[in-house]
Amino acid sequence: MVENISRPIVYVQGLSKRVMSPEGELVLLDALDLEINSGEAVAIVGASGSGKSTLLGILAGLDVPSEGTVWLDNDELFALDEDGRAALRQSKVGFVFQSFQLLPNLTALENVMLPLELAGKGEVERAAREMLARVGLAERLHHYPKQLSGGEQQRVAIARAFVVQPKILFADEPTGNLDSATGERVIELLFELNRQQGATIVLVTHDEALARRCNRSLQIEAGRLGNGSPLEET
Amino acid sequence: MNHSPQALMGMSWRMLRRDWHAGELRVLALALMIAVASVTSVGFFTDRVRVALENQANTLLGADLVVIADKALPRRLQQHASELGVESTATIEFPSMAIAGERNQLVSIKAVAHGYPLRGELRVAEQRFVPDRIAATVPATGNVWVDVQLLDQLVLEVGDQLVLGEAVFRIASILTNEPARASGQLFSIAPRVMMNVADLARTELLTPASRVRHRMLFAGDVEAVTQFRSRVEPALQTGERIEGIEEARPEVRSALERARRFLGLAAMVSVLLAGVAVATSSQRFIRRHLDSCAVMRCMGATQQQIQSLFVLQMLWLGLIAGIVGCLFGFGAQYMLVAIVGSLADFSLPTPSLLPILFGMLTGLITQFGFALPPLLHLKNVPALRVLRRELGALSPRVVSSYGLGGGVLALLVIWQAGDIRLGLYVLGGLLVTLSLLAGVAFLLLKLLASLRARLFVEWRFGVTNLMRRPLSSVAQVIAFGLGIMVLLLFSVIRDDLLQEWEGRLPPDAPNRFLINIQPDQVAPLTAFFEAEGINPPQLFPMIRARLIEIDGEAAVPEAFEDPRAQRLLERQFNLSWAAQMQNDNRLVAGHWWSAGDKSAQFSVEEGLAKTLGIEVGEQLTFTIAEQRVTAEVTSLRAVEWDSFRANFFVIASPGVLDRFPSSYMTGFYLPVKEYSILDKMVRQFPNITVIDIAAVMAQVRRIIERVTLAVEYVFLFTLLAGLLVMYAAIYATLDERIRESVILRTLGAGRRRLLNGVIAEFVTLGAMAGMVAAIAATLLGYLLAEQLFQLEYHFNGWVWLLGIAGGGIGVGLAGVLGTRKVLNYPPLQALSEA
Repeated sequence: MVENISRPIVYVQGLSKRVMSPEGELVLLDALDLEINSGEAVAIVGASGSGKSTLLGILAGLDVPSEGTVWLDNDELFALDEDGRAALRQSKVGFVFQSFQLLPNLTALENVMLPLELAGKGEVERAAREMLARVGLAERLHHYPKQLSGGEQQRVAIARAFVVQPKILFADEPTGNLDSATGERVIELLFELNRQQGATIVLVTHDEALARRCNRSLQIEAGRLGNGSPLEET
Repeated sequence: MNHSPQALMGMSWRMLRRDWHAGELRVLALALMIAVASVTSVGFFTDRVRVALENQANTLLGADLVVIADKALPRRLQQHASELGVESTATIEFPSMAIAGERNQLVSIKAVAHGYPLRGELRVAEQRFVPDRIAATVPATGNVWVDVQLLDQLVLEVGDQLVLGEAVFRIASILTNEPARASGQLFSIAPRVMMNVADLARTELLTPASRVRHRMLFAGDVEAVTQFRSRVEPALQTGERIEGIEEARPEVRSALERARRFLGLAAMVSVLLAGVAVATSSQRFIRRHLDSCAVMRCMGATQQQIQSLFVLQMLWLGLIAGIVGCLFGFGAQYMLVAIVGSLADFSLPTPSLLPILFGMLTGLITQFGFALPPLLHLKNVPALRVLRRELGALSPRVVSSYGLGGGVLALLVIWQAGDIRLGLYVLGGLLVTLSLLAGVAFLLLKLLASLRARLFVEWRFGVTNLMRRPLSSVAQVIAFGLGIMVLLLFSVIRDDLLQEWEGRLPPDAPNRFLINIQPDQVAPLTAFFEAEGINPPQLFPMIRARLIEIDGEAAVPEAFEDPRAQRLLERQFNLSWAAQMQNDNRLVAGHWWSAGDKSAQFSVEEGLAKTLGIEVGEQLTFTIAEQRVTAEVTSLRAVEWDSFRANFFVIASPGVLDRFPSSYMTGFYLPVKEYSILDKMVRQFPNITVIDIAAVMAQVRRIIERVTLAVEYVFLFTLLAGLLVMYAAIYATLDERIRESVILRTLGAGRRRLLNGVIAEFVTLGAMAGMVAAIAATLLGYLLAEQLFQLEYHFNGWVWLLGIAGGGIGVGLAGVLGTRKVLNYPPLQALSEA
């Protein structure tokens, strides 16, 4: 394969993940092939323990596979060392987590400023304030996470993910800790921001409503992918 | 990724501010502040004395160079000096009695010649409570200047008369400052009387046998003084020594060095405990930052970046806490100056920057020694932790890797000790003490565990909490135990020992010593005692002599390693002679001379013989008034020195010393109501010096109290550090405690019940620490009494009561205060956070 050929933004080949357990070798992912195009929204769905979070972790470069390759925006992820993958995440990737993962010691504003500060960007505070205003938290800038409701915390997390203008957003059960109404509003926000910024979304979810909002769903079962189904078909 | 150092520094500074606001760093900062403050308070104090010694050396000396001797110095020294253009003057100092009307007082007379002092200044005041001024000259003949205490003691005012020996003087001024005052006011029981040397002869106080210190003072430009010294020093006789500005005030220097080492090492105990608090609180800090690190890794932070950010954050914190600690230390040293500063009788200058450097270094070493091992773990937290929380947890192996902290602290201790061997001894002692305390604490904990089933439910809950974290509990018991032990040792047990010592004196032990009695006064004095109805005490002849040879070998201080042996050989001995051995002496080797034996013999006190390595059969040679006297040692004697009876290191057989000029001395008991006899005696025999043992003992007690107070003060930092260790331990378990209390409250336990559990936990902890402290203090008191002071040790129940009750109440209160957040935490909030 020649380096300069343009690939889908996420391109996975022969991806496997095996771990040792007391009962012997455990196959978490089994020879997966996968392509996700730029601007797509893809839901990875499946039962608990099917391997969907493992897949998300590897796609984002947080974990390493046993075999196979992952290309992220034309970079071969596992040809890079850990710090190289960190640099790639910094420039191209955003995250939203089920448990929000806000830093408890930082205010909402400081949490959103953090990735910009890590990247050494200028005008960090202005950008963070604007982003928080876009998610409707202009009045909550100086609140600490524990002073915010679950929905508000997830909106801060979304603001933090989008403030660096990522090419790909990975989301792990973004509505998993929220009631359905709040979850609905958070999904609205997520897709609204995505539309504005033109990012690719890869999310893991149990939430059928959320999966339906995506262009397609990938069913994962016992470490293998089922048929990728376009949204229209689900 | 922006790796520029400025960007990292800026970001780490912001992280510090954020964590500070979140309250994550307070215990850590406090621990560092206490470590730095305890080290710098001692550092600033000893440094001020050191700087004073360096800067004011010549004013402390009153000259650039002083030759000191116990006999008159040859005039040719002054001639040599003037040939080189070096100024000179002389002083003579000795104790004597001063009489005014019906009263008398032991004083320290200093006769000074024109030109005194060559460096520094004499200051006098014309009246009490008026500002003093620099004295332009020395007292005029017929006049004396005196310390204000003497006016109080003899109920005098300026202008009144004072009798010294056979001469009458007018008190012309109050002496307010004098360079080279040999003893500070605290040490001195004899106030100063300064007179003109021209008046000395008519007092008739000095005889060849008097105990006198002669000084010749020299000053001039550096080169001339150096040249003078190089010419004079090689020609010094035995009994003469030279002090330049480098070696001024050797007694203050050695006391300072000992104080620096001892207080410095005491401060290190606080540093050690602060290290424990740093380790505990940084663990919590790091546990709470594992998720943050994982999130930052997700956002693209590199391992290097995360490590740099946290190390820099700790560095800022260490620097700030160090500076604040230095400020506290600077404030705290004023208290030390107030407690022991008066032992050094000169004004203290501003300290140098050295203690700051040492304090900051100690703070940073403590911080990085104890916080770095877990801190370095943060860079290894995987980004995947955001998805799988079990990853990257702090492993017990990381937590226990405090070898670095222990190692650098050990080096600090050795450095403080200023000597590898002493440092290792201290470390070994500390290790043994800590292990013993830990062993006792562990046993107490075990005992408590076996009783648990019989306790009330709240106590059971509290005790269970202690046992669940046995290491942390033992560490806290040791921390408090050490602090309480020192307080008990230096208050209750110190007083016990002093009382025991004073109580051991028989009621009729001599309380007055008479020295300087002339041979022709022996008969009249005996008659005086008889006339007053007092049984005349035995009068002992006394001759000042210098030991120069032991069995033909030169006895020089350099030949001995033992400092006591060196001191003994530097000064003169008081020899006596007797036909019979004193009743309270006991022969331990050889035999006492028989009545008809005319050969020259010495009997030596066994302690002295041991120090100087003298054995029966050896020859000792002394010089007395430039003549050599040699005799064989035929016996060794045991002497009870603390009986306060007159005793001598070396006694000669009759006939050996008779031809030399001697004076006599005696000790006797005088009931308080008969003190007026002393006035009569001093009036009749004005040259006799009376020493009041009660005053000397009161002085000794005062000095011991001051010194132990200073040590206690330094150990207050240890108690503070102990409190912090506890607070850090509470803080480290706060999340767990909150979770538990919420579960208990949802199960229906009332706030009161939870409070009782907390009280039970900490009162038990404090009482255990008090018990450990009481055990250790009693053991140490016993060892000190039996081994060091040969006193009988009496068990004192107060040590136990004060230790256990004080520890229980103090630690209980502190514990309740520290955990009030647990009791007041809204259960719903805790549940929603879980």
